Amino acid sequence: ITEPLTYLPQSDKQQILTPESKVISHNNFYEFGASKSDPVNNAQSFQTNPWQLTISGQVENKIILDYDDLTRLFALEERIYRLRCVEAWSMVIPWVGFQLSTLLAKAKPLSSAKYVAFETLEDPEQMPGQASRRLGGGINYPYVEGLRIDEAENPLTLMAVGLYGKTLPPQNGAPIRLVVPWKYGFKSIKSIVGITLLDKQPPTTWNQLAANEYGFYANVNPGVDHPRWSQASERRITTGGLLARNRIDTQMFNGYGEQVAHLYKGMDLRANY
Amino acid sequence: MQSQLRQKIIVVKAVIHCICILLLVNEYWLALNDGLGADPVEAVLHFTGIGALNLLIISLSITPVIRLFKFTSLINYRRMLGVYSFVYALMHLLSFLAFEVQFDWRLFITEIIERPYMTLGMAAIVILLSLTLTSTARVKRKMGKSWQKLHNWVYLAIILASVHFYMSVKSDVVQPIIYATIVAILLWFRRKKFQKYL
Repeated sequence: ITEPLTYLPQSDKQQILTPESKVISHNNFYEFGASKSDPVNNAQSFQTNPWQLTISGQVENKIILDYDDLTRLFALEERIYRLRCVEAWSMVIPWVGFQLSTLLAKAKPLSSAKYVAFETLEDPEQMPGQASRRLGGGINYPYVEGLRIDEAENPLTLMAVGLYGKTLPPQNGAPIRLVVPWKYGFKSIKSIVGITLLDKQPPTTWNQLAANEYGFYANVNPGVDHPRWSQASERRITTGGLLARNRIDTQMFNGYGEQVAHLYKGMDLRANY
Repeated sequence: MQSQLRQKIIVVKAVIHCICILLLVNEYWLALNDGLGADPVEAVLHFTGIGALNLLIISLSITPVIRLFKFTSLINYRRMLGVYSFVYALMHLLSFLAFEVQFDWRLFITEIIERPYMTLGMAAIVILLSLTLTSTARVKRKMGKSWQKLHNWVYLAIILASVHFYMSVKSDVVQPIIYATIVAILLWFRRKKFQKYL
């Protein structure tokens, strides 16, 4: 069900990638079940075409993208990013997509717009986790996330429409998802139908569920532990079974400090976790 | 008659040994060969943890089942199920050490001390260890009345284990709540034992 994409490949291929088979079978996407293997099993008949992504709120131009627009309106490029899950495992994934900043530029945010809110599709008929509390892990639906506008406009922030050169499999957030590589994975919201520019900070799903465990910023930070486990190190999922020695130190901002540290100058990242 | 019964017990025991060991061997064999999905470490931890809790629940179900259904021969299997619960719990702990924190002893110790759900899980394992070490007939005879006192700690162990499970999940609490309900029912059968503490 995935199709090949035309894109500009990334030239720097130094990092060891997580195998595609693992990227598409180990997913946190509670809309299709709370266990890691549920999404790949329950999402295969998910219909992503037709699709509508609406960019609205405090913008000059309200935009509605349909399914074809997602892959054709902007030039696509490959971005190989580390993905650090808040559960202390990580992957290296070759995404294909376009910068969120180019989409926002097209919508022309008003000067009053300070935050960007994102929303996942709500469709309990197609998403069994939304229909059943047992399967869906008891979080609120639709899943919502948010960024400060300067975070959203950072060149690293990607709207991904593919991985490993093909369109996204449904379990990875087809047809379009956010990727914010310096934040914990739950910020990178999947299967987006709405982007809204706001003048105040929007609510976010995991923060609503457990504010002491999941902050609005959720920047990868080895110095601030999750209340139930250390964030100082992580297990990098690549190849190999049980004996793979894959525990590595977690880097501040997941190693993207050079590009994003300036966004948080003067902020107490211990309080704003 | 007597020897026939004895033979039957040996066969059932052999079957229980085979199931408990083969399930464990199968899980680790698949995990070693990268056959358990993207993250074999998580898979192994979940399997051994849930396995330990299941076995403890089965072993604590035996007494109420005997009372209700007069199925007295089941008593022959209670001890081995309890010991296997400890074996699974020990594999759970050792897998955490070897595959999750990968022999980072500092991290291993600080996690157990600083994270309440880890502390509870560790306490349950210590209880199961002391019950396993005193599980032979010889030790039981030697300990006299204090043996039963010590082995009543199993009720605390199963409470700690189910709270550990509840606290370890991110948001999907349905399964832990089902387990807690089963544990509550098992404890309710022993309510007379607890009356002096209430």
